[in-house]
Amino acid sequence: MSASFVSRFEPLARRLLPWALPLALAALWEISARAGWLSTRVLPEPLAVLRALGGLVRSGELWQHVSVSTWRAFTGLALGGGLGLLLGLLTGSFRGAETLLDTSLQMLRNIPALALVPLVILWFGIEESAKLFLVAVGVFFPMYLNTFHGIRSVDRGLIEMARSYGLGGWRLYSQVILPGALPSILVGLRFSLGLMWVLLIVAETVSAQAGIGYMTMNAREFLQTDVVVVGILLYAVLGKAADVAAKGLERWWLRWHPGYQGASA
Amino acid sequence: MNLLTGLELELQPHAVGRPALPAVAARGLALKRQGPAHAPGLAVEISGVSKAFGERQVLRDLELSIAPGEFVALVGRSGCGKSTLLRLLAGLEAPGEGRIGFGAAGAARAAHPDVRMMFQDARLLPWKRVADNIALGLDGPDVLPRAREALAQVGLADRAHDWPAVLSGGQRQRVALARALVHRPRLLLLDEPLGALDALTRIEMHALIERLWLQHGFTAVLVTHDVAEAVALADRVLLIEDQRVAFDERVPLPRPRSRGHAAFAAFEERVLRQVLRQPAAEPPPPPLPVLQLRWAV
Repeated sequence: MSASFVSRFEPLARRLLPWALPLALAALWEISARAGWLSTRVLPEPLAVLRALGGLVRSGELWQHVSVSTWRAFTGLALGGGLGLLLGLLTGSFRGAETLLDTSLQMLRNIPALALVPLVILWFGIEESAKLFLVAVGVFFPMYLNTFHGIRSVDRGLIEMARSYGLGGWRLYSQVILPGALPSILVGLRFSLGLMWVLLIVAETVSAQAGIGYMTMNAREFLQTDVVVVGILLYAVLGKAADVAAKGLERWWLRWHPGYQGASA
Repeated sequence: MNLLTGLELELQPHAVGRPALPAVAARGLALKRQGPAHAPGLAVEISGVSKAFGERQVLRDLELSIAPGEFVALVGRSGCGKSTLLRLLAGLEAPGEGRIGFGAAGAARAAHPDVRMMFQDARLLPWKRVADNIALGLDGPDVLPRAREALAQVGLADRAHDWPAVLSGGQRQRVALARALVHRPRLLLLDEPLGALDALTRIEMHALIERLWLQHGFTAVLVTHDVAEAVALADRVLLIEDQRVAFDERVPLPRPRSRGHAAFAAFEERVLRQVLRQPAAEPPPPPLPVLQLRWAV
């Protein structure tokens, strides 16, 4: 039955089908909220969430919080991810650097970034730098590990070929080793982007004067569950946007790679 | 090609110590070189070369000289050391003992500018388009035109903008051949480059390699499992066995060679028999006295 339904409306059905479940859930949610089965203290009705969103957009608060959070997220990513990339390139490329650094980094890697929260508060107080530090520590390791692995797994045969064709030093690095490691580095970037938002949420709920986390914690104080839900949904949307951007990068940089062609976002 | 290059052929300085250069003579006045600036093939002199990997001795006290412009095929069973010999020539490995010299062009070393290698797998960089793959390691203002010209020589001029991933196995090897030739090597090393291709593509590739070899005049060393391939292409077939050259013979066939020809089949058979006979290489038993004969049964 469902097979014939799908075949008849295939083009349309294929586009709409992924959205059927979320829409049905939203409808169920709305109905149960209106029927009074669901207290607004537990979950506000979807329309109330939309109204809250509209109010935040109109007052300009939303833009302010989102921009502050986004700035924090990407600054943390640039610091931690950038350092992870550099150290990964270093330990991946030079045995000496690996011997010197890798053991220490592997030990540090097993500490959950969030376990550092008390220490971070002691070190940096509750200022901006504490949040950046937390995000940076969290995104460092996925970038580091995947870069290291990427460099190490570049096809030895290609390196040998390039050397025998006279490439060496920077030319070998930029034309063979880096592009060969790129698929793995981009996997690291996608992991980092996911972690980046998680860490930012925690950092912002610890204490903040602005940001999505601040907005939701503030709303909780006043039992504004609709604003809390707006905040949660904002994280979902921002996370998805970051992931789409990373996939876009993959599709552009890895356009030579058959595995990345035609993959949908 | 023009007549002058044909005449020039006869005036080339020959490698010292090689009589009559039969390889070049066999080709006679066939078109040898094209264009003015081509350096002729490199002479290869291998003296007393040994190579071991750990405990395992691969080559022992090998002596071999290859004339400029000669096409030599190395055959032998897998693991006999023929690929190692090629890697030594390419400078990818260093000999344990002995010396590999290229006449005035110095000794074998990594990335020798006159030596290029074609690998069994094409080893194209998948993140570079075909033309950029060929331009790998080239310098100068006219890199892309040169890459295109090389691509045209292997019949793939229209694929310059493709990614290697969309090419067939045979096309990839043709690109790899173009990438080697664009450096105008004086010694081209071919490490079973056609091993993974189907029979028809191999025959096409044989014709292509032979044509480009005749045209450019480089020295070629081909490692192959396929005796027919060796006989089709080479001036001289060498069998590597027991860490040394066990058989070294000129191919007495005029070019272009036809596989259907009786002489071709006979020579192929001869080489094949050498290859196959070798593992049971106990010295032939001395003629037995009549008395002992019954014990030998």
